[in-house]
Amino acid sequence: MNSKTFQGYRRANGTVGVRNHVLVIPSVMCANHVVDRIGRAVPDVVTVTHPTGCAQVGADFEQTKRTMAGFAANPNVGAVLVVGLGCETNESKALTQEIAARGQRVEVLGIQETGGTTETIARGIEMARGLLAEAAVHQRETCSVSELILGTECGGSDGFSGITANPALGFASDRLVAEGGTVILAEVPELVGAEHLLAARASEPVAAKLYEMIERVEARARAMHVDMRYGNPTQGNIAGGLSTIEEKSLGAAYKGGSTALREVVEYAERPSERGLIVMDTPGQDIEQMTGMIAGGAQVVVFTTGRGTPTGSPIVPVIKVATNSPMFQKMRENMDVNAGTILDGTCTLEEVGDEIFDWIVDAANGRQPAAEALGFHDFAINRIGPSF
Amino acid sequence: MPLSADGDALRLKDDDDVAVALRPLAPGDQVRFPDRTIVVKIAIPSGHKLAVRAIEGGALIRKYGQVIGRAAAPIADGEHVHVHNVEGTRGRGDLAEATS
Repeated sequence: MNSKTFQGYRRANGTVGVRNHVLVIPSVMCANHVVDRIGRAVPDVVTVTHPTGCAQVGADFEQTKRTMAGFAANPNVGAVLVVGLGCETNESKALTQEIAARGQRVEVLGIQETGGTTETIARGIEMARGLLAEAAVHQRETCSVSELILGTECGGSDGFSGITANPALGFASDRLVAEGGTVILAEVPELVGAEHLLAARASEPVAAKLYEMIERVEARARAMHVDMRYGNPTQGNIAGGLSTIEEKSLGAAYKGGSTALREVVEYAERPSERGLIVMDTPGQDIEQMTGMIAGGAQVVVFTTGRGTPTGSPIVPVIKVATNSPMFQKMRENMDVNAGTILDGTCTLEEVGDEIFDWIVDAANGRQPAAEALGFHDFAINRIGPSF
Repeated sequence: MPLSADGDALRLKDDDDVAVALRPLAPGDQVRFPDRTIVVKIAIPSGHKLAVRAIEGGALIRKYGQVIGRAAAPIADGEHVHVHNVEGTRGRGDLAEATS
């Protein structure tokens, strides 16, 4: 059987994008202002800003750098401009080399080297326009959906997440894996209590790595002498009917579907296998989304019960409501209503098919709500203190 | 998975201790499952859980056929099952021995 296709951007490094953005990214927070001004002057580029990139060490620094490099090299990006200050830990030229090593077109600009804010903004505007012209030559061509890495996410979960939207997304995940594609299940704290179900579908080494990641989460809770429930499930999750992390996790795990778990990867690490993957991210929505995108996800499906508007500047994020009242109330932020499963007007499989079709449509260029509304959420998960 | 006769609540697996209210339930409402009828004891918001059998204090509580926590107090059938009478069994760093 030939797999389903879509019109995508085939990149020189073999990956396939579903968008063709030019990204301007600071290597350090000290360059945020310049990046922001370049973005205002050249609205066709996308920008992100963040509070990281300096006085970081060890695994925390490595993870920050890996996230920026992976995000910039995501195949939805056609070219990148890195703006640095000049004295930062996350040296902008080294970051640029790392992005280039991943096969991405990238240029770099330093504020101290250029000689101040105003001159750097002016130079940056010029370079951004040049990169836009370069990226514009890329054309969409026919690509297999097996090239897609789907990020799955749930945010603002409620008592219906594990009954409607997450199992429907799981149905779509199974379809994508059957077509040869890849699905990332993440937010490891929200797999605590459901890990045995995933481990049963994994090889022994993969299961062992999953258990190790789960143990890291519980070890953090022990080190802090806290009950995870004071922060996760969140106040909104609890108001929505979820009582414990185990209950939330059992509902969340449905997003990944029912196929074998092929690989467990670190935050922002690109999977080397196809099929179902677990990535170690926190449950915090934006850090999770950024990690999956840095790991190569070109499309994200995000289920929500309470109504979470999160979106990415470079990846279409498709919103699936778990219940009809919220879908109606937050209509402009939602794309699919899985509440129809409870209303009795659609089956779980029908909603799963609708999600799968949305994934392919979004890959072809259709804008989900979060993209049309212009969200550019971006946050890097920190695993150590600033020094 | 058993849906109650009027579609009021959903018990995800036959052996589950709880069902999910699919609409707000009021005291005195009868939720009729194929094998039993539960009289609701207290208002239960939509998406929240009601006990479909009596649960002893300290007993594990199942939903999806899996453990979602432990009863912090005895729970009668028809009662609201939530953070006031269920505690998690995982991520409980608060129960860890002091190390320093």
